[in-house]
Amino acid sequence: MATANTPENAALTVRNLSIYFGGNHVLKNVSLDVAAKAVTAIIGPSGCGKSTFLRALNRMHELVPEARMTGDIRLFGDDIYARGIEPVAVRRRVGMVFQKSNPFPTMSIAENVTVGLRLNGAREKKFLVARTEESLRMAALWEEVKDRLHAPAISLSGGQQQRLCIARALAVQPEVLLMDEPASALDPLATSKIEDLVRELKRNYTIVIVTHNMQQAARISDFTAFFYLGELVEFGPTPKIFTNPSQKRTEDYVTGRFG
Amino acid sequence: MENSFEAGLDELKQKLLTMASHAETAVNRAVEALVQRDNALAQRVKDEDRVIDHFEVEIDDLVIQLLTKAPLATNLRLVTVAMKISQDLERIGDEASKIAKRARDLSLEPPIKLNLDLPRIAGLALDMLKKALDAFVNRDSAAARAIIPRDKEVDALNKQIHNILAQHMVENPGAIGRCLHWMVASKSLERIADHATNVAEDVVYLCEAQDIRHTGVKSGAAIG
Amino acid sequence: MELLAFACAILVVMPLLLVFYHVLREGLSSVNLAFFTQVPAAVGEKGGGMANALVGTVVLIGQAALVGVPIGVLGGIYLSEYGGTKFNWWIRFAADILNGVPSITWGVVVYGLMVVPMHGSSALAGGVVLGLMMIPLVMRTTEEVLQLVPGGYREASLALGISKWRTIVQIVVRTALKGIVTGVLLATARIAGETAPLLFTAFGNLGWAHGLKEPIAAVPLVIYNYAMSPYPDWHRQAWAGALVLLLLVLFINIGVRFLTRDRFQQKI
Repeated sequence: MATANTPENAALTVRNLSIYFGGNHVLKNVSLDVAAKAVTAIIGPSGCGKSTFLRALNRMHELVPEARMTGDIRLFGDDIYARGIEPVAVRRRVGMVFQKSNPFPTMSIAENVTVGLRLNGAREKKFLVARTEESLRMAALWEEVKDRLHAPAISLSGGQQQRLCIARALAVQPEVLLMDEPASALDPLATSKIEDLVRELKRNYTIVIVTHNMQQAARISDFTAFFYLGELVEFGPTPKIFTNPSQKRTEDYVTGRFG
Repeated sequence: MENSFEAGLDELKQKLLTMASHAETAVNRAVEALVQRDNALAQRVKDEDRVIDHFEVEIDDLVIQLLTKAPLATNLRLVTVAMKISQDLERIGDEASKIAKRARDLSLEPPIKLNLDLPRIAGLALDMLKKALDAFVNRDSAAARAIIPRDKEVDALNKQIHNILAQHMVENPGAIGRCLHWMVASKSLERIADHATNVAEDVVYLCEAQDIRHTGVKSGAAIG
Repeated sequence: MELLAFACAILVVMPLLLVFYHVLREGLSSVNLAFFTQVPAAVGEKGGGMANALVGTVVLIGQAALVGVPIGVLGGIYLSEYGGTKFNWWIRFAADILNGVPSITWGVVVYGLMVVPMHGSSALAGGVVLGLMMIPLVMRTTEEVLQLVPGGYREASLALGISKWRTIVQIVVRTALKGIVTGVLLATARIAGETAPLLFTAFGNLGWAHGLKEPIAAVPLVIYNYAMSPYPDWHRQAWAGALVLLLLVLFINIGVRFLTRDRFQQKI
């Protein structure tokens, strides 16, 4: 059982979360608080359940057949798994950016940014144009694309595409942004731009980021959770986890003795 | 990848221990030169100080290299502590050189009529250093903590010698110059003990991730 | 090795070129205004055209598309995006079998289902049989093309809070549209020239059909009848019909490729 320093301004409170895929017990009794307007990193070796955990935060794990969960997850106090709550509604409050950038190929840059708004009914042109600029600015992409908003989204470079995906996620104004290894497919320069972006974004958003790069976690996160074999082994402020972890398994992972 | 890092850590430890043994030898020789009024030995100590200085440079380089591998947790503390220990060892070497310089100066003048037990202070200080380095190698926090209060003993001895010399200077003004040399030499030994204490504190940090420097508690007892 | 592959590629194209050449040579002279505007003349007389057959073919293809495209595409969407693995497996199995069923069998089936109860051949029956033939083909190609759309797009869309249905229609299908249209086109081209099933259903008509419940002429049927006849005039018209059919299929192909061209130039 691990809690963040300040449970009263936790954006997400997870209690006794267990997830099963059919007979597979993938996440075992995880509890933690995700602090609001801070970056929480999730680290751990492959297959430890960190991606599954991330996806449970916006009910995306339900896409896996025979997925089952027990436990409680609350978003600013609201139970996101309550009866009658649609996953779609949760996902509008908790956005997600993926490892491989995936801007929609049939749409332009501007269309990609507003797709979440338009496909949920937004029509007013002025509103969409304003929100497009706002989101692209927040994703540090505006200056690079402002003169070619109607160019195809796939004409952008890998790093730009990923920032476009971030803009697209931000356009629906989520409260929490989940990032699943967002920079792992990018070169170092593009990676560092994404990291700068994350540092900027945390002023207004709560961010949870899964990463296999510990130095990245050490660089950009405020809190770090270490998962191993489906369990939450240790959770605490990032400096502590990386200079003096309490658990031996954390120490071993962080110093590269396994994983 | 991890193998080369581990190998780097081993090399780091080796270099530190070798540097420590050079520093130890330098102190012993300097004190002997002082007591035996051996100018040639004193000169040798001063010349060989650059070997110790060179070690510090090598160790710093190795530390920087290891830091590019972004070590974390214990490895991070190990590497940064190693750097600090090498600095303390280099200062010990410098203090030995200072003693050697005073030995040279004293050897050129007639001896004073005092029996000062500087070798005893040297022995204590060097024993503290040796134990601190053992604690480093063995990651023995308790052993490191045990060293810290011993600094008081060295301080007391130094004060004692200081008083004896002060008394002598009053009674024999002609010996003031030579007494001052002896005072400086004794003070250097007291500083060497201080450096050994620093090393012990660094070892405690390495083992416990607790920084006990400057806490004003000279007992070395665990707090909290 | 490369030479061998090249030779085989040429071999593939050869039949197409031969067919084109032959049909063009035999039929070009007969394709005139009369051909397009007149109905067949009385048996044995010279002149006349295939206006009714041409219209009939269009009507039949239109009906077939109306039946085959929605059911096929929606079925393909279901197979790709919904459904349980076991159930879907059976559907696919059935579709693959149906794709292999001889077209004449289709004709007999619809004969029994529609022509007999309706006491006569009809354009409707013709349209239905062609439509039924389209369904499994369109369904399978649609499914395969949708499966080629990377899962990442679906995930990204769902993660934006877009509903599953909207995700499928506005994102997945939209991305796969070219492939789906190609599949529909393939199916249309296949049925445009089907003769056997129409023998039992549309039956053919020397004049105009006045409503879908009547038998209707179709180009392949006319070609069949004319070619088997002893009249040289009809033979020449059969060639013309063959040419027109060929050109129809060609233009369908070109037209669709034009409509689904990449409006976005890919920058590399």
